Amino acid sequence: MSANKESWGSRVGLILAMAGNAVGLGNFLRFPVQAVQNGGGAFIIPYLVCFLVMGIPLLWIEWSMGRFGGKFGHHSTPFIVDTMHRNRLWKYIGVFGIWTNIAVASYYCYLESWTLSYVFHSLAGSFQGLDQNGVSAFFDQYVNLGESTFGIPYEPIFFFVICLLLNTWILSQGLAKGVERVAKIGMPLLIIFGMFLAYKGFTITAGENGAINDSSVGLNFLWTPNFDDLWSPTVWLAAAGQIFFTLSVGMGTIHCYASYVRSKDDIALNAMSAGWMNEFVEVVLGASILIPISIGYLGIDGVVNLVNSQGGLGLGFRTLPYLFYQWGDVLGAISGVMWFGLLFFAGITSSLAMGTPWIGFLQDEFNWNRRPAAWSFGLIVLVLGMPTVLFFNYGVFDEYDYWAGTVSLVVFALFESILFAWVFGMDRGWREIMSGADIQVPKIYKFIIKFVTPLLLLWVFIGSLVTPKGGDWGAAFSGEWILDDSSIINKIKNSSLKRQLAEATDPAVIEKLQDTLFYVNASRILLVVVFLSIAALVYMAYKKRVREGRI
Amino acid sequence: MLSTMLLVTGATIYFFIRVLNAPPKPEPDSYLDNDDELERQAPRA
Repeated sequence: MSANKESWGSRVGLILAMAGNAVGLGNFLRFPVQAVQNGGGAFIIPYLVCFLVMGIPLLWIEWSMGRFGGKFGHHSTPFIVDTMHRNRLWKYIGVFGIWTNIAVASYYCYLESWTLSYVFHSLAGSFQGLDQNGVSAFFDQYVNLGESTFGIPYEPIFFFVICLLLNTWILSQGLAKGVERVAKIGMPLLIIFGMFLAYKGFTITAGENGAINDSSVGLNFLWTPNFDDLWSPTVWLAAAGQIFFTLSVGMGTIHCYASYVRSKDDIALNAMSAGWMNEFVEVVLGASILIPISIGYLGIDGVVNLVNSQGGLGLGFRTLPYLFYQWGDVLGAISGVMWFGLLFFAGITSSLAMGTPWIGFLQDEFNWNRRPAAWSFGLIVLVLGMPTVLFFNYGVFDEYDYWAGTVSLVVFALFESILFAWVFGMDRGWREIMSGADIQVPKIYKFIIKFVTPLLLLWVFIGSLVTPKGGDWGAAFSGEWILDDSSIINKIKNSSLKRQLAEATDPAVIEKLQDTLFYVNASRILLVVVFLSIAALVYMAYKKRVREGRI
Repeated sequence: MLSTMLLVTGATIYFFIRVLNAPPKPEPDSYLDNDDELERQAPRA
C-alpha cells in the first residue's frame, strides 16, 4: 500500500497553491522584457490568444490527467500517464514530469535564495548610498562568491542552503499543513506588495525624486502596439513560450497537485481561477513595476540597453534596488523588502510545487514517508544545484534553465496533449474535464484541445528546433535557412561558444571560453544521467508493481 | 492597456467569486477543512 494519504485543506487553498505554482519570478522579470522585445502592446495579442488556445487547454488537460491518475493512487506523472494507455513506454515519457522539477529546482532555488538574501540586504540598508554602478557591482560580487557585507563567508551558498532547508522543511509538513499554508500566506502578501509597487510604478512624475519621465512614458513604451510585429512568427513563438513559463505547464506539478482531487470535485473552474490569477499577477502587476519604474528614472534608451545586456534578471537585481532609494531611505528600504519579498514568495510557492512530484513518487512506489522523501528532495537539489552556484559564470545555470526549464516543457506538453486528445481519446478526455465541473466549458474547446493545441505545440517545438538566424522567417522560407544560435540544434552543437572561441585572441578569454565549454558539456551529461536514473527508478517501480500483482 | 488590465482583473475576480459561491459537494470531498461540517455529510444508506 502507498504511504500517500495526503489531502488539500480547502478549495481556496488548492487554488492559491496552484496559482502560486504558476506565479514565479518570470511573471515580474521575464514577461515585461518579452513584451518590450516583441512589439510592446502588440505582444499582448498573441500572448492572450496563446493563453486561450494553448494555456487554458493545457491547464484542463493537466488538471484532468492528474485527477484521473489520482483515482488509481498515482501522484507523479510516470504512473499517471501509464494509467491512460496500455503501452508501457508512456511511463518513460512521464519521467519528464519528475526530472524537469528536480533540474529546475536545482537552479531555481539558487535564484530564490538571491531574493531571500536581498530582502535582508534591503532591511539592513546594504544598498543605501550606493549609485547604480555600486548596486550592480554588489550583485557581481555576490554571485562571484565575493566578500559579503554581512560578513558571512560564501554568502550565496549560505542563503542557498537556508532556502533549501526552508523548502524541505515546508515540504515535510505535508500538503495542507505545509504547501497550502505557505500559499495562503504568500499569495495575498505577494499581491499586496505587488499592488503597492504597481501604484508607485503608475505615479512617477517627471522632475520629482530625480525622475526624468512620467509613468506614462514607460507604460506607453510597454503597451503601445507595434502592429508590424503582430504577424512575425518570432513574436508568436515568444508569446507561446511565455505562456509555458508563466503557467508552469509541461512540468508535472499541476498533475501532482490535481492528483489529490477526487473525481466528483471540480477541476474546470479551479483551473480557470488559478490560471487567471496568474495572468492578473503577470499582466497587471508584472507589467506595472519593472519597466515603468526603470524608464521613469533611466529613460527609454537606458532601459533598452540594460534589457538587452542584462535581461529582466539584471534589471531586477542590479538596477531596481538603486531606483527605490530615489524615493528616500525609508521608502527605498521598504520597497526593496517588498520587491524581493514578492519575488521570494513567487519563487517559494513554485519551488515547493517542484518538490511534490518526487515526494509523491517515492511515497506511491517505494512506500517512503513524507519526511524522508522531502529530505531526499532537498539533498538531491543541493547536490545538483551546487554546480549552478559554483560555476554560475561558466554557463551552468543557463544550461539547466535552457534544457530543463525551456525545451523539456515543450516536449512534455506536446506528448501529453497527444496522449490526452488522441491516445486516451477526446471523448473520454472531455468527460474527465467535465466530471464534477462547476462551470460549463465551451464545446469549442473540444476541437481546440484535439487539433489546435497539439498543432500549436508542434509548431513551437519545430520553431525552437530550427529557429532561423535573427528570427528572419521570410529569408528562411525563401531558401536561406541559416540556423540561429538560439535554435535547439545550434545549442546542441555549441555553435555560439565555438565561434567565440575561434574568434578569441586573448589567452585569458580563450581559457575562460574553454572552461565554459567544458562546464556546459559536463552539466548536460549530468542532466542526462539524472534523467536516466529516474527512468531506472520508474522501471524498478514497475517491476515492483508486477511482483506485487498491482499491474 | 487599461482595457487589457481590466479584462484580466475582471476575469480573475469573476472566476474566484464563482469558486467562492459554488455549491458545496457532499462529503467525502477532496478537502480536509469540511470534514466536520455536519450539513455536508452524505446521507447514509
